[in-house]
Amino acid sequence: MQNTAPLNWRRFPERYLLRGSYCETCKQAFFPSRAICPNCRRKGKLISIEMPRTGKIISYTRVHVPPEGFKNEAPYYLAIIELENGAKVLSQIVDSDPEKIKIGAKVKKVFRRIAEPDEYGTITYGYKFKVVE
Amino acid sequence: MEAGIVAYGVYIPKLRIKVSEIERVWEKSASGLGVIEKAVAASDEDACTLAVQAARVACEDFCIDPKRINAVYVGSESHPYAVNPTASIVAEALGTSNKYFAVDMEFACKAGTAGLQVCYALKKAKMIDIGLAIGSDTAQSKPNDPLEFTAASGAAAFFIGDSKEEVIAEIEHTCSYTSDMPDFWRRPKAEFPEHTGRFTGEAYFKHVISAAKMLMEETGYKASDFSYAVFHQPNGKFPLKAAKILGIDLERVKQGLLCPYIGNTYSASTLIGLASVLDVAKPNEKVLAVSYGSGAGSDAFVLNITDNILHRRAKVKVWDKIKEKQYIDYALYVKHRRKIKL
Ligand SMILES: [Zn+2]
Repeated sequence: MQNTAPLNWRRFPERYLLRGSYCETCKQAFFPSRAICPNCRRKGKLISIEMPRTGKIISYTRVHVPPEGFKNEAPYYLAIIELENGAKVLSQIVDSDPEKIKIGAKVKKVFRRIAEPDEYGTITYGYKFKVVE
Repeated sequence: MEAGIVAYGVYIPKLRIKVSEIERVWEKSASGLGVIEKAVAASDEDACTLAVQAARVACEDFCIDPKRINAVYVGSESHPYAVNPTASIVAEALGTSNKYFAVDMEFACKAGTAGLQVCYALKKAKMIDIGLAIGSDTAQSKPNDPLEFTAASGAAAFFIGDSKEEVIAEIEHTCSYTSDMPDFWRRPKAEFPEHTGRFTGEAYFKHVISAAKMLMEETGYKASDFSYAVFHQPNGKFPLKAAKILGIDLERVKQGLLCPYIGNTYSASTLIGLASVLDVAKPNEKVLAVSYGSGAGSDAFVLNITDNILHRRAKVKVWDKIKEKQYIDYALYVKHRRKIKL
């Protein structure tokens, strides 16, 4: 069993709470977190913030040939979501009628299991999104 | 103000299987159970994710800052880990501080209400600002076992505080009736629980009725004083029979009786029923709630609804929440509940 727990742990704020960065200089939000603001460089002043939990789909695809570890979940929907503050997130879409998964659809963050390597290792939890009316 | 409920949230997974579909597969009748369909967690859901969803919606609906939570108790008989707490994952996912009491509870179907009692006691002792008690389960059942017709998934989260602007239901009194009566159990390496058939009914009524009577004796309330009564719901019939024995009008049980449409959500069962009552209760009404956990015990509560309820309620009522559903057949059910070994 590969011990990925410490590595995963460092990403809990990002995966559980959508914690990213916000630049107080150019007022732009980034997800995942950045070390330096790509707009302002050294003049940027980045702080850590929780991203809004709602947004809209700006692009999506149906995954039929998934990466290792997601075989039993395919086919599933993957979407690029623009959050209310403009930051973009790539996420799986769950609990949504396929007819409603389209560009512009309003989505809300949900907390789900993301992966589990086997029945002995740690379970990875994190965000997915669902379409809301 | 007395310590009481300041917020509540419910999460019921979207997937449903009709009892008639399970009857079709095993060529058996389950008509005596009074259950039409049950809620099924998807394959990427577990008791932890359900708990987070229930607590999150409560924080949103009632404007609770998670940093105020100083106690987190998660009751379940389907904790995703045998060792490694669900409570700390739930708290982290809500964004609490790191100053909180936490432990996972297990007492078959009453672990959620046990958490409620602990939070209530901590609040009365002024050791916390807000305490969070959650009952959450993705109940497991062996294929072709009578439990399979009812074992369901769901979660309810209750926040305990004592701010006079926030308390919507004061906990006037709580007590428990407990004894060693093994009517349902699961050994460490067993995948599915075992049970004793009719003996579970005997255990249910012995504990539920005794706890309710104990509470009435200690408080002086009569059956007719309660505007609503909520009982643990292993099926659609037991809560009605319990009410009848206690002399409670059956109409007062219906608002909190969700089991016919979502199944037995185990640790969440009584709490989801109670949430549904809070959706409609009026100031000064008294609510009786009695849980049941095999093994066995019942926690009884009497709540007094306050004026705050008029402006503090869940945004979506439990009875409306359950309308968002998607039916699956037995094949998809066993896939989602991981009864197919891959
Ligand atoms: Zn910047």
